[in-house]
Amino acid sequence: MGRSLKKGPFVDQKLLLKIDKLNDTNSKRPIKTWARRSMITPDFVGHTFMVHNGKDFLSVFVTENMVGHKLGEFSPTRRFNGHSGHNPKIKG
Amino acid sequence: MARLLGVEIPNEKRIEASLPYIYGIGATTTKRILEQAGVDPNIRTGQLTDDQLSKIAHAVTSSGLVIEGDLRRELQSNLKRLTSINCYRGIRHRRGLPVRGQRTSTNARTRKGKRKTVGVMRTAKKGK
Repeated sequence: MGRSLKKGPFVDQKLLLKIDKLNDTNSKRPIKTWARRSMITPDFVGHTFMVHNGKDFLSVFVTENMVGHKLGEFSPTRRFNGHSGHNPKIKG
Repeated sequence: MARLLGVEIPNEKRIEASLPYIYGIGATTTKRILEQAGVDPNIRTGQLTDDQLSKIAHAVTSSGLVIEGDLRRELQSNLKRLTSINCYRGIRHRRGLPVRGQRTSTNARTRKGKRKTVGVMRTAKKGK
C-alpha cells in the first residue's frame, strides 16, 4: 500500500537540511547517509549520496529518473556470489 | 472477422467475448465500453453494423484507454527505466527473480522458469 498523499513524501529532516545547504552554496559534495528510507525529491537530482547498505556506503548519483524512489533502493543490502561449485557458465 | 481500431480483428464470437482480444481491454472494460456505446453485448461481432462498430471504437478512444502497441511500449519503457536507474526492482527484473519481495527459496517458478539444478557436482556425475 502506498503512502497517503496528504502527508507528502517522507525525507529525513537532517538529510533535507544538508541538501538545502549544498544547494544554497551550489556545491556538489557526496553526502554520506544512513537515511535509506528517504524519498528522492527533485532537489536531490545531481547530487551524489553515499548510501549505507548495512556494511558499506555505496555511491549513488541521483538522476531525474530516480525521483520518487527511495535512496535504499539503490544500495542493495544482500550480495549473492553464486552457489559454491556451480559452474558460472550461466550467469544471471 | 471484423476490424476494430486498426489492426484488431476479433472473430465471430459475441462482442462481449471478442472485445477482450484487444490487448489492454479485459472483461470489465468491455462491459463499460459496450454500455457507453449502447451496444447489446450478446450480438455476434460479425453481425454488428458499421455504425455500432464505430460507436464502440469511439467509446474506446474517448475513454483514454492505452491499448495494443502503445500499452506494450509503455510497459517496456517502465521496465527500461527501472533497469537503467539500477534500483532494486530493476535488478530483480534483470536477474529474472520476483520483484515484489516473494520468497525464492522455494516456488517463484513463474519468474525463475524451469528448475535447473545448481551446486556442487560430484566428479563421477560430471561425465553426464
